[in-house]
Amino acid sequence: MLNWFFHSQLQLGLAQALVAALTALTLVLLARGRGIHLEGETLIAMVRGLVQIIAVGSILVILLRAPRWTSGIVLAGMIMAAGATSARHAKGIPDAFRVSAWAIAFGAGSVIALMTALGVIDTAITTLIPIGSMLIANAMNTNGLALNRFRADVLAHSGEIETALALGAEARSSVSPYVQASFEASLIPAIDSLRSLGIVWIPGLMAGMMLSGARPVYAAIYQFVVLAMIFAASGLTSLVSTTLIRGRVFSPAEQLLLQPGR
Amino acid sequence: MSAPPIPTTVILRTEHLGRTVKDKILVQDANFELRKGEVLAITGPSGSGKTSLLRLLNRLDEPTSGTVYVEDVDYRNIEPRELRRKLGLVTQRPFLFPGTVADNLRFGPAQRGQTVPSEGIEQLLSQVGLKDYSGRDVANLSGGEAQRVSLARTLANSPLALLLDEPTSALDEAAKHEVESAIQKVVRDQGLTFVVVTHDVQQAIRLASRALVLDQGRITRAGQAGEVLSA
Repeated sequence: MLNWFFHSQLQLGLAQALVAALTALTLVLLARGRGIHLEGETLIAMVRGLVQIIAVGSILVILLRAPRWTSGIVLAGMIMAAGATSARHAKGIPDAFRVSAWAIAFGAGSVIALMTALGVIDTAITTLIPIGSMLIANAMNTNGLALNRFRADVLAHSGEIETALALGAEARSSVSPYVQASFEASLIPAIDSLRSLGIVWIPGLMAGMMLSGARPVYAAIYQFVVLAMIFAASGLTSLVSTTLIRGRVFSPAEQLLLQPGR
Repeated sequence: MSAPPIPTTVILRTEHLGRTVKDKILVQDANFELRKGEVLAITGPSGSGKTSLLRLLNRLDEPTSGTVYVEDVDYRNIEPRELRRKLGLVTQRPFLFPGTVADNLRFGPAQRGQTVPSEGIEQLLSQVGLKDYSGRDVANLSGGEAQRVSLARTLANSPLALLLDEPTSALDEAAKHEVESAIQKVVRDQGLTFVVVTHDVQQAIRLASRALVLDQGRITRAGQAGEVLSA
């Protein structure tokens, strides 16, 4: 219907963005009715996301013509930004940014490096950056989920954790059940994506490959390859992140730093 | 009848102990000694810093001033796990780990690679009046029973002293009496040293030989429990 009113592609795109944003804002209003205030965070995230993607879209043409080595710099920048974004879910935990950046760099970075070396990901910048960004973005989401769950569990079980400490338990072992739960919970989206591939959703990458002339079977197999890489990158990120973060909630004298009301 | 001898061996001594968080004084310049075999009550109104002081003794929180000497050693030089084994803390709410009563009693020694035999478990449980409870699931215990299991679990670590944080404040009268009896039995049978934080002055008089009264983080009175708390 929008294309009846807007004939230029840019105008149509902006109108589509507006409609999508209004739909998202409806959710914000519904949440407000239940006493959940998402207004500020959602507005900032949407405006920021739109500005960022327009900026990236504008320089993408230049970027995709740049020499291959620049993809390393671009991906490193993405990892830093992903670390900063997901670290926000670990409010009150010291060093959350550093932990997140290292976890994503190791999780997504090692999968990108290995798969590029093996020829699963083409070294062309036009392939490496889009696929690398997919792995980094999913690793970021997984990391955010893991940190969020870990923080919530530690706050909810500070009594149990301090009881274990008071009985002489090692600090890291006193939070082991919550580390385990965070790791498992963070991988739910990646596992569900793999499980429902082709049934619940047909990812954009596969559709794009078919539209650009790839054989459907190859497009389908490559989609599985990408999802398996996402799973590996996300899992490694969460593993590293939960391993590193568990020591950060304690002081050197094994005192629990993250406590309700502090 | 002659008065009981005053214990002389000092097992714990605080020196200008204090903690301030974000400009809020929780504990200020606390100086006192704990002698072997005595029961010391720390009492005072709500928010006076009783629990904060107890947490400093166990080093669950870090002092911002002063320190504690345990058997004449600055506790910052004692490995935290060993310190917490020596000064066992029983919290206001008994956080029992899922499993049986025996599993809970074995938790502390297991941290040091030790196992407690069944006879040891039974002995600990009989000290707190819970004989034959070892196989029970902790989910099915009453509040008073859970608190006594928590006490026995801390005793399983063979502590130098026990720090009890309002051990009966969440219990009804009957359960409160059971827990107090268990504490008195341990004091009588083992001569163990206790620090009991309580807002209940009568309970402090019943349990303790000496008392400290806290107000706004400061010790305002200290001495024989009967004298200090009757004033």
